[in-house]
Amino acid sequence: MTVMPVPDEAAKNTRTESKRVGRAVDPDDAAPIMRRVKGKLTSRWATAAAVVIAVVWTVPTFGLLVSSIRPAAKQVGPRSDGWWNFFADWDFTFKNYVDVTAAAGSQSANLSQYFVNSLAIVVPVTVFVLVLASMAAYIFAWGNFKGREAGFIFVFALQIIPLQMALIPLLQLFTQVLQIPPGSYTQLWIAHTIFGLPLGIFLLHNFISEIPGEVIEAAKVDGAGHTTIFWRIILPLSVPALASLAIFQFLWVWNDLLVALVFSGGTADVAPITQRLAEISGTRGSRDYLNPAAAFVSIIVPLAVFFGLQRYFVRGLLAGGLKG
Amino acid sequence: MDFIGGKLLQVVIALAVFAAIIGLLMLLVDRAPKSAKDKITVIGFLAPAAVLLLVGLVYPAVQTSFLAFTDSAGRLNGLDNFVWMFTQPEALATLRNTVIWTVLVPLLSTVFGLAYAVFIDKARGERILKALVFMPMAISFVGAGIIWKLVYDYRGPGIEQTGVLNALRVALGMEPKQFLLDAPENTVFLIIVMVWIQTGFAMVILSAAIKGVPMELVEAARLDGANPWQQFRNVTVPGIRGSLVVVLTTITIATLKVFDIVRTMTAGNYDTSVVANEMYTQAFRAGEPGRGAALALILFLMVLPIVVYNARVLRQQKEIR
Repeated sequence: MTVMPVPDEAAKNTRTESKRVGRAVDPDDAAPIMRRVKGKLTSRWATAAAVVIAVVWTVPTFGLLVSSIRPAAKQVGPRSDGWWNFFADWDFTFKNYVDVTAAAGSQSANLSQYFVNSLAIVVPVTVFVLVLASMAAYIFAWGNFKGREAGFIFVFALQIIPLQMALIPLLQLFTQVLQIPPGSYTQLWIAHTIFGLPLGIFLLHNFISEIPGEVIEAAKVDGAGHTTIFWRIILPLSVPALASLAIFQFLWVWNDLLVALVFSGGTADVAPITQRLAEISGTRGSRDYLNPAAAFVSIIVPLAVFFGLQRYFVRGLLAGGLKG
Repeated sequence: MDFIGGKLLQVVIALAVFAAIIGLLMLLVDRAPKSAKDKITVIGFLAPAAVLLLVGLVYPAVQTSFLAFTDSAGRLNGLDNFVWMFTQPEALATLRNTVIWTVLVPLLSTVFGLAYAVFIDKARGERILKALVFMPMAISFVGAGIIWKLVYDYRGPGIEQTGVLNALRVALGMEPKQFLLDAPENTVFLIIVMVWIQTGFAMVILSAAIKGVPMELVEAARLDGANPWQQFRNVTVPGIRGSLVVVLTTITIATLKVFDIVRTMTAGNYDTSVVANEMYTQAFRAGEPGRGAALALILFLMVLPIVVYNARVLRQQKEIR
């Protein structure tokens, strides 16, 4: 999905929030007041509603996980029943996972190959976008040239061109003009990098432009050129923003289907795991019971990235700043 | 596992080539003569991104706009593709569905996200409660499609149900339902999947915004005798208006482009297609790139007002700074 925060003051707002409260209300008074307000607001009904939402939001994924470890006969055919019956008879197996990842037989989903493809696509793209976007963001923030504002607004606007508009001509350009062979990673790398740049530049620009000018001036006085300033000062200071953009970029590219369908050629050599997953879930057949395990293999990496780096991810969402 | 070696090699080569290009650029910028140094710096830092964006996004977008006025053989055919779009019942259904999606998804996601953010604000275990609802953001649309197919699973009456929803229906004495087959409500069931994914996003942003609303304002309203609903309505909501706009815009744009959910769950059959999916079908399956391009252009025109609005907000804020 596309995230398009409007740059604003809220990142600052959240940062200074505690200070502001302290200024207006004496800290000693603030605590009991807040407790009282909280008591008013979080009624029992609100808590109940929150729990209901949390359960409804979690049950589908949980059901998938449970389904994926149930034997085939429990999932399809006359002896099948709902995944919740798992808790009545603890009949579980890892065979589905073995079947789905082992690379044997034409019937096999062969997921391990596609899994490696996804990694091979995601890692370079993330690096490309981070480097190119931070270079452009730096020059938009601290460069001195005509049309800087206009150029940046233009890049911002590009963010919202639907991918769909670019696909057909880009495919023609790749295959007919540039002669990039289909069925290689190259097309996917370039396409994903292009599509990741506008948001990348936008997010990083917001962060980099807030680095204090004195830091850069001081370096200039010491005789540092733009390249030194960029690699030695800007990038190290931008690590939080770079981290969140990296997570974003990783999740998008890993979860992408559309770009993969158009540019991968669909072979086991190149196509990512989402594409294979879409194929096997699209065809109804005797091996339907493998779908939950296959789906879980494909979401395990993004989920791990998500839960491991959640803090940076959320910070990235808020990095553009949001007006309170 | 021998396939890994070759793939790893490709990745390493790509990264090495990239590093060489960037290294060369940096060297050029560094060695530039003093008189032209600033100019060359700007070009060196901007050129890679600029070239990629112009060649990969701007040029294709212009190209697609032209393609929209040609037929399957590449000849100009005026407005035929648009006439097709606005007269064929299937194409019209696609447009209608897209409108339903873009109204319902942002609205429902924001309402649920906001409600949840308010309910769990400062509650015990807030972080875990947030993570649970935010989690679907990390799951691909394809994965989400499979997850929800499981939820919507249908078996004939009298047979043991394997889908949660139909099991509930049967338990309540109702007939099981073919959630994804019966138009027009099947579109709503697909929309629920998108709402499931987007609510976490809305919740995280709005939760941060709520925490930015000054406590003393809420307290003042309370002292004036406002009940919790009035406090929420008259203090919190105006305080987070900016974030609400951002959330609504972002989700609207994401929804307009949505493609994978429809594709994995119904493949656009049973009257559920949306513009983004139909565009792919026409351009890459049906051999009608002109029609696909016309649909893409319509998609762009639908997004355009949002672009203009946000670019204006952006400019205003730049001026304030």
